[in-house]
Amino acid sequence: MTSHSRQTAEARPLLEPAIVKRAAGDAFRKLNPVHQLRNPVMFTVWICSAFTTALWVEALAGKGEARPGFILAIALWLWFTVLFANFAEAMAEGRGKAQADSLRRAKKDITAKKLASTDRASARDLLPASMLRLGDLVLVEAGDTIPGDGEVIEGIASVNESAITGESAPVIRESGGDRSAVTGGTLVLSDWIVVRISANPGESFLDRMIAMVEGAKRQKTPNEIALDILLAGLTIIFLLATATLLPFSLFSVKAAGQGTPITLTVLVALLVCLIPTTIGGLLSAIGIAGMDRMIQANVIATSGRAVEAAGDVDVLLLDKTGTITLGNREAVAFLPAGGVNIKDLADAAQLSSLADETPEGRSIVVLAKAQHGLRERDLHALDAHFVPFTAQTRMSGVNILREGGSREVRKGAAASIEDFVKARGGCFPEDLRRTVDQVAMAGGTPLVVADGAQALGVIHLKDIVKGGIKERFGELRGMGIKTVMITGDNPLTAAAIAAEAGVDDFLAQATPEAKLKLIREYQAGGRLVAMTGDGTNDAPALAQADVAVAMNSGTQAAKEAGNMVDLDSNPTKLIEIVEIGKQLLMTRGSLTTFSIANDVAKYFAILPAAFVATYPALGALNVMGLHSPESAILSAVIFNALIIVVLIPLALRGVKYRPMGAAALLQRNLLVYGLGGLVVPFAGIKLIDLILVALRFTV
Amino acid sequence: MTHAWLQNLMYLALLLGLAFPLGTYMGKVLDGERTFLQPVLGPLERGLYRLMGIRGDEEMGWAAYGWVITLLKLLGFAAVFLLMKAQGRLPLNPEHLPGTVTDLAFNTAVSFMTNTNWQAYGGESTMSYLTQMLGLTVQNFLSAATGIAVLTALVRGLMRRNAETLGNAFVDVTRATVYILLPLSLVFALFLVSQGVIQNLSAYVHTASGQVLAMGPAASQVAIKMLGTNGGGFFGANAAHPFENSTPLSNFIQTLSILLIPAGLVVSFGRMVKDARQGRAILAAMSVIFVAALAVCTHFEVSGNPALARAGADQIATATNAGGNLEGKELRFGAGPSALWATATTAASNGSVNAMHDSFTPMGGLVPLWLIQLGEVVFGGVGSGLYGMLMFVFVGVFIGGLMVGRTPEYLGKKVEAFEMKMASLAILIPCAAVLLGAAVSVVSTAGVATVSNPGPHGFTQILYAWSSAANNNGSAFGGLGVNTPFYNAGLAVAMLLGRFGVIWPVLALAGALARKKHTPGSAGTLPTHTPLFVGVLVGAVLLVGALTFLPSLALGPIAEHLALR
Repeated sequence: MTSHSRQTAEARPLLEPAIVKRAAGDAFRKLNPVHQLRNPVMFTVWICSAFTTALWVEALAGKGEARPGFILAIALWLWFTVLFANFAEAMAEGRGKAQADSLRRAKKDITAKKLASTDRASARDLLPASMLRLGDLVLVEAGDTIPGDGEVIEGIASVNESAITGESAPVIRESGGDRSAVTGGTLVLSDWIVVRISANPGESFLDRMIAMVEGAKRQKTPNEIALDILLAGLTIIFLLATATLLPFSLFSVKAAGQGTPITLTVLVALLVCLIPTTIGGLLSAIGIAGMDRMIQANVIATSGRAVEAAGDVDVLLLDKTGTITLGNREAVAFLPAGGVNIKDLADAAQLSSLADETPEGRSIVVLAKAQHGLRERDLHALDAHFVPFTAQTRMSGVNILREGGSREVRKGAAASIEDFVKARGGCFPEDLRRTVDQVAMAGGTPLVVADGAQALGVIHLKDIVKGGIKERFGELRGMGIKTVMITGDNPLTAAAIAAEAGVDDFLAQATPEAKLKLIREYQAGGRLVAMTGDGTNDAPALAQADVAVAMNSGTQAAKEAGNMVDLDSNPTKLIEIVEIGKQLLMTRGSLTTFSIANDVAKYFAILPAAFVATYPALGALNVMGLHSPESAILSAVIFNALIIVVLIPLALRGVKYRPMGAAALLQRNLLVYGLGGLVVPFAGIKLIDLILVALRFTV
Repeated sequence: MTHAWLQNLMYLALLLGLAFPLGTYMGKVLDGERTFLQPVLGPLERGLYRLMGIRGDEEMGWAAYGWVITLLKLLGFAAVFLLMKAQGRLPLNPEHLPGTVTDLAFNTAVSFMTNTNWQAYGGESTMSYLTQMLGLTVQNFLSAATGIAVLTALVRGLMRRNAETLGNAFVDVTRATVYILLPLSLVFALFLVSQGVIQNLSAYVHTASGQVLAMGPAASQVAIKMLGTNGGGFFGANAAHPFENSTPLSNFIQTLSILLIPAGLVVSFGRMVKDARQGRAILAAMSVIFVAALAVCTHFEVSGNPALARAGADQIATATNAGGNLEGKELRFGAGPSALWATATTAASNGSVNAMHDSFTPMGGLVPLWLIQLGEVVFGGVGSGLYGMLMFVFVGVFIGGLMVGRTPEYLGKKVEAFEMKMASLAILIPCAAVLLGAAVSVVSTAGVATVSNPGPHGFTQILYAWSSAANNNGSAFGGLGVNTPFYNAGLAVAMLLGRFGVIWPVLALAGALARKKHTPGSAGTLPTHTPLFVGVLVGAVLLVGALTFLPSLALGPIAEHLALR
């Protein structure tokens, strides 16, 4: 959909060597138990690893419960389990860090020209950008880097914002209006501007962006906390199930009069295999990777909570222009007034538009040529001169000099043309008025063409709905997401475009207040609302929406009010954002299912191994035909550790989201991750056992 | 052998067939609507409110609701405890049975107030008629009614929006008793009397041959014992006693009565949440597990004991031989009906028995044990079964919801951290009580002293006792001497944890749900009424149950079964 973001995503491969290298080092640094405390599941594994290591030392001293080599192998693989989980997290962070590094380059020391007043010529101080405070005024001239976030209060300049957006085409920044916000670290290419600084050092957009991509201030999101609780609950259940196995085993050995009680090493191995280490080890990586995918899509979210909320959105408020329709309207028909030849109308319309460089004007010329074979004429040859559109006349056209005066050809809004022809003694026919209304009702914009005192007819300008957008909205509907078009058009026009684009609802003649009210209404009905906005008057609605994407090209106020900033300023991005949010939750759910389903096979590996000496009949549970109790237990532990590594790419990339209904999606994911989770470990553990036997590790 | 399967089929058809009309009726009662019994029982309901000084429209928050339920139970505990201690000096005691020892009184009082009805005593040799009627029967009603009340509160939590209250506990308990338990018990008691179950206050009969026949008001107590998933027998032999369960018909109808209200309440649930499909989905999940369990238990019991077969015993069913594993069975009923009863009584938190579970084949015995360990959510106890199952629904919805890419929600309520905490606690606490209790027992002298069998079977006896107590089932595997201070006290603690350790998290969860706003469903919401979700729910119950107890089961019935082959 957005080719730009796809490109950035490809630019950074999933397993970039530099990131892998750094992550490998970080994996060891993260062994610090204080770090592990954040994650109850992996902290349990950490304790188990330390405990088994102690058992190994004891065994070396000759007092061990099993042969030292076996205990060591278990201990090592338990440590690997922790390391692999650390590695996954470090990999996810590493991608963000690489991004942050490039952002920091934009933050290198900048010298600011601080002004005493808004006057460009006032006294100026040269000082480092880091000394600037909120409210300071600075002058930025061509070739300068903008020293901090702020608002343009004077001047106009073209700015290269590629340091932030990755987009090298310059953008215009000027005082007043919705293009007044500038970002620290971007480069002024031409002209000059006076900027009022809007952020203290360390609080700027760039600072926040760096903190965000680095995950420095990462807090657990609500859903992550809920999942953590479930995983902790499961961990406690398995802790109980394995811990009580020791007394049970002691009793059984006494009762059966044979075998030996289960060893602590085996108990610990069983515990680690059963607790949900797969999801526990990948959980934080999944969250960070979700943020990272947003960044790859050139969206900066202010919190993980916002990314998560994006998956829950059920109402999308979409601005008509730019999101649903192309920015420009296009001429689709000439509708002559009664008694007027359509060719004459087309001819006049073409004449009036020859010098009109607006896309609408070009489309009229194109239509005249396509429908009536009218070639473009040279205005100079006609001795005509162009009358441009002004807000006062609300018309444009040409004056062609000829003997006895000039021929005045005009096109414009119905009311303006009516005044125009009446002023020249003409009249505005009734049927023409009806045609104007019909065009408006059909969602078009009517332009009336007049030649002097005669109103010739109407040009039907039409909003062009983007290709494929209707299918897209259909997909969203299938996902349970309602689309609402926001437009300033009158209700009739809006309804026509809404029907053509296939949105579920629309808000016509939208004012900022009406938008805010609409959002509140949906929220009161229990729905989560997402919207995009760029203007300052969007800020209240952005602040109210659950997922609010501000355009990077928008005002500072809009960016402050939203909880995401789209660096591409692409309103269609909202749909992608929702998908990324859903993907994040889906990845968590799928890997949780996989993790728990894995346990069944591990039981079949470890239980017979642990108790076959006491009750030989339990050997029948060794359905995988594993070589020996030692190899069986070790295979399960190794599988448990390796599966984390195997799943790192999935955790980073996320489970693929397919636009389909919840029921179909559940069925698919259950089949892949539930059933897969049941079956895969049987094969995996057996394979590892075969390898262990081949390596003659086991006795 | 085919008889057993036919009977099972008939049982299922009748159970599900009756669940719908009864469930609709109960749903009306719990929603406070008018029913056809209103003209008859309305005065009684209103009289009770006046007597207790209750204003029916007074609403309670979840904590207040919880305290009313808890205090009601404590009151019940005190009544049973004092009656047992003092029965020797009280009337209606023709056999002059003395007051019981303190640890037994404590254990029994806890047992009946928690709807467990674990019995470390034999009724006819321990309890006076007064204790049976005023103590135990009353608790049979109350503990069942409180179960229904807590379920009602949970449903209100799901249905209310931005609300602080969950209804009035007194009203819910009263309406459940007056409109549901009382009329059903009355009809059922009369049916039982028609079948020969006794109902008198006479002294025990000494026959010419020197036999002593215990007497008493059995039918009235048996009715609510079965309907309220209590299970505490009037006589020590429970439903194997001919005065408590007289005919094949009384046996079949009693088996049916075990699951009748629990199954009906699931239908009521669908009605109360205004989406009958939700109830049907849960009913389907319960039925799937029940049918599988019943099939396994029936198969192993009617097939007989392979060791006996090798020894040349004839276990094939013929016109003159009931067939199957008949050890420990009441011959009036035979292997098939005993397997059906055992499955039903442990699927529910009933715990009555018409055969010795101790003498079942290892796999036949594993079924009741495991059903209990699942938390008795397969139909389960009156009220408690469904609210227990709803905890699994929350877990299933949580994981399933994530898998479709949304913050999980159930019936429009978002399932977040607090809900997961409470659901986890409600599932975790009984499991912990079972495992820790059994662990302490097997390593303590007092715990192993009264085990009657060596090897895995002895271990199963201990595991069963703790499972039964902590999940408020009350059935005994048998073979384990439990009327000792160690077991009386320990199992009582397990029973308390199993009841209050679930009720309080459930009510807290209900309170949190009530405060939430309602999110309307859409195509992106996980549907919770589809066969797929039924599968998810069954999976959640089985996985948690299997993963928690597989190691201990391997050392008990599974080891025994594999050795027997």
